[in-house]
Amino acid sequence: MRWQRKDLLGIRELSAEEIIFLLDTADAFKEVGTREIKKVPALRGKTLVNFFVEPSTRTRTSFEIAAIRLSADVINISASSSSLIKGETLKDTAKILEAYHADLIVLRHSSSGAPQFLAERLKSSVINAGDGAHEHPTQALLDLYTIRAHKGTVAGLHVAIIGDILFSRVARSNIFGLLKLGARVTLVGPSTLVPREFEKLGVTVTHKLDEVLETADVVNLLRIQHERQRKEYFPGIGEYVRLFGLTKERGKRLKPDCLIMHPGPINRGVEIDSELADGTQSVILEQVTNGLAVRMAVLYLCGGIAT
Amino acid sequence: MDAAAIDRALRRIAHEIVERNPQLDTVILAGIPSRGVEIAGRLADIIESLGQPRVGIGAIDVSMHRDDIGTRPELPRVQASTLPLPLEGKTVIIVDDVFFTGRTVRAAMDAISSFGRPARIQLAALIDRGHRELPIRGDYVGKNLPTAPGEQVRLRLEDVDGEPDAVWLIKEEKA
Repeated sequence: MRWQRKDLLGIRELSAEEIIFLLDTADAFKEVGTREIKKVPALRGKTLVNFFVEPSTRTRTSFEIAAIRLSADVINISASSSSLIKGETLKDTAKILEAYHADLIVLRHSSSGAPQFLAERLKSSVINAGDGAHEHPTQALLDLYTIRAHKGTVAGLHVAIIGDILFSRVARSNIFGLLKLGARVTLVGPSTLVPREFEKLGVTVTHKLDEVLETADVVNLLRIQHERQRKEYFPGIGEYVRLFGLTKERGKRLKPDCLIMHPGPINRGVEIDSELADGTQSVILEQVTNGLAVRMAVLYLCGGIAT
Repeated sequence: MDAAAIDRALRRIAHEIVERNPQLDTVILAGIPSRGVEIAGRLADIIESLGQPRVGIGAIDVSMHRDDIGTRPELPRVQASTLPLPLEGKTVIIVDDVFFTGRTVRAAMDAISSFGRPARIQLAALIDRGHRELPIRGDYVGKNLPTAPGEQVRLRLEDVDGEPDAVWLIKEEKA
């Protein structure tokens, strides 16, 4: 196949073939990171605007490094420096970005659908860097990439996603991607955060972590988003750790080759025991490195086609 | 060109590479995917069959170094480049199937320089169809094939395309 999309808005609308194409392209860009000169002229002369209405350090930095390695010029706009808080609408902001001739816009926004809103109105490529509780496609791609790099394939694996699923765009993008590539997915967490409705997507839901420990090929631990928790959803830290934390004792019950993943930042001692986070089964830092390759691939493909 | 003619052309290139590079152990054949990689492998085999040392082989994908970014409505698959390192002191011979405008070769030279600084870069191509757009020439050419700009050169190699080795010149179709 050949790549034809100018935007990456979510994993849901991608075919399995497109996902594989992105992962294969990321393989090529991972190689660039091993060169003496870790920079290619692929997006020379293009301008990328990192537009983060919601705060984020690691995703923004990852996109910025990826863009720099592709020779694009990068402008960062964050919520605090943006006139959105002065009451400008997203539509007006979009027009301003277009007037600056931004070729690529990487958008992080608290409202689901904001990237699509921009993509439909702009000639620029729009990359979703996380929108509300909707999707975070590049995180899912880097998770899939990391799984594939270790296991050879995603098909047939049993992947457990643990934690705050209800509010998690990372979980949603991961679920779509894993199912499309043929993995079996189990969601684990308290019933308030992992409602049974998710089973309609084709996954299994359980409220007992102990049920998946022995069969999982991958455990992906999501961060407890303290800033987003409302009391009625969350059992309290101590109880969460007791029921859903990957403690040392639970770690011993994992398959020896089970991968431990986490999108970061980690709450050590909450989602995961500190030693396990740094242990041999953990691929948490590899996820960060792979994120660069995956984002280079996305920027290259979406920003590199004629629009 | 049929399989026998392609083989003869490759043997001639292999002999020229041996003649012009007394230190074959410093030679690296860098194929441009996918047919250039196949040709580089065949050249290495032929050189070895002449009783010479095995030359290094690699692949150099030029996609990230092209000068036409943003002009194509769809993008093909990018492959990882692999070159035996370090390149310092080496002769890197770019191996391509059809040598045309020279833009691919320029991109390949750019890509190679991001891996290091070889002593020299040379170019081998199975077919030279002319119509250069850059001041680049081939060092080893299997066959010069005069073409009109609108014509197509169609090359098939058994191990890449699953069809017998052959080269066709496809004339301009009148609309």
